[in-house]
Amino acid sequence: MSTTVAEKKEKVSVPFDYNKYLRPNKLPHIWCPGCGHGIVLKAMLRAIDKAGLDKNNIALVSGIGCSSRTPGYVDFNTLHTLHGRALPFATGIKLARPEMKVIVVTGDGDALAIGGNHFIHACRRNIDITVLVFTNATYGMTGGQYSPTTPLESIATTSRYGNIEPPFDTCEMAKASGATFVARGTAYHTLELEKTIHEAITHKGTSVVDIIDACPTYFGRANKFKSATHMMEEIEKDGTVNVKQAANLPPEKLAGKMLRGVLHKVEGPEYCEKYDILIKEKASAKK
Amino acid sequence: MTESAAKKLPRIAINERLCKGCSICVDFCPTDVLEMKGSCVAVKNLEACTRCQLCDLRCPDFAIQVFD
Ligand SMILES: Cc1ncc(C[n+]2csc(CCOP(=O)(O)OP(=O)(O)O)c2C)c(N)n1
Ligand code: SF4
Ligand code: SF4
Ligand code: SF4
Ligand SMILES: [Mg+2]
Repeated sequence: MSTTVAEKKEKVSVPFDYNKYLRPNKLPHIWCPGCGHGIVLKAMLRAIDKAGLDKNNIALVSGIGCSSRTPGYVDFNTLHTLHGRALPFATGIKLARPEMKVIVVTGDGDALAIGGNHFIHACRRNIDITVLVFTNATYGMTGGQYSPTTPLESIATTSRYGNIEPPFDTCEMAKASGATFVARGTAYHTLELEKTIHEAITHKGTSVVDIIDACPTYFGRANKFKSATHMMEEIEKDGTVNVKQAANLPPEKLAGKMLRGVLHKVEGPEYCEKYDILIKEKASAKK
Repeated sequence: MTESAAKKLPRIAINERLCKGCSICVDFCPTDVLEMKGSCVAVKNLEACTRCQLCDLRCPDFAIQVFD
């Protein structure tokens, strides 16, 4: 055989070495069989690797919920805080250590119900934090109550006859609140998700990625899904369309579908930088 | 030389301690390489593996990886 080393390198498929970023003695993780949170965690680790970030310079912050258990498994600076309060803690870290890459991992309940107020104000400030919202349309940890993203008519332990509350569109809310990067992905489209998270963490300002994933144990069972695979196919694959493809599709093909990909990206003054400028101005004025 | 020796097969590494038997990898493998054996995944037809990595990419549990 006469393949050169370079050619060989091209061909060899080397799987990603997750152990570089994990605390291996913490595995297996607590998530149920088929829970989408593990797939999202893996996409996040690949995105962080691609961005070439130093793991000692990353702070991964969460609130409470199944999704908020994520920081426990990774070898970054990690903070598992109070329900709904990941963003206030993350804001504090970012202001004290602006050179750090601060990433929040939060559930749809954590970010948008109890933490909804913190969410809109973090977006409004455009502070350089990435917020990854694990949207499984339920409160997984506490037994499957409906959340602010549960679709109309879905069954939850608190909506036995079908949910009558319209869900939030997380991306519209983030954009309207002032976030300068807003995107959506799914666990099913895991390579696209990796790219989207990479773009989010390299953007300066508040970046929000709404990540649709599955809770087979509560949302799945209550709504008659046969398996995690079934949920991924029906909700994540068939229920979404990439924003670039959507541009060429007629409205009837888009009805009821959520858009994936980067939905909003603008430049805007970042909070910590503005704060820094103000402090310097005032300090020099005193002299 | 036999045919199987001529064709280099990939190595599918399954971590039985971590696999939770969700069957996601089995369901999404495009060439039907994998099967469930009780509550753990197993290799059924290694020859058919195209090294596409989908099983690894969608496994929530860090339990399966495919080496060239
Ligand atoms: C102050 C407070 N209120 C309520 C709870 C109970 N609680 C724990 S997790 C949770 C919801 C979690 O839902 P989500 O953030 O969507 O995470 P998931 O488990 O679905 O990943 C609730 C209500 C709590 N821990 N603290
Ligand atoms: S309860 Fe739902 S969200 Fe929580 S670990 Fe199980 S599947 Fe995942
Ligand atoms: S690498 Fe692809 S073809 Fe091989 S087992 Fe995994 S999913 Fe199947
Ligand atoms: S996807 Fe992972 S956890 Fe699920 S059966 Fe396959 S190897 Fe096991
Ligand atoms: Mg949730």
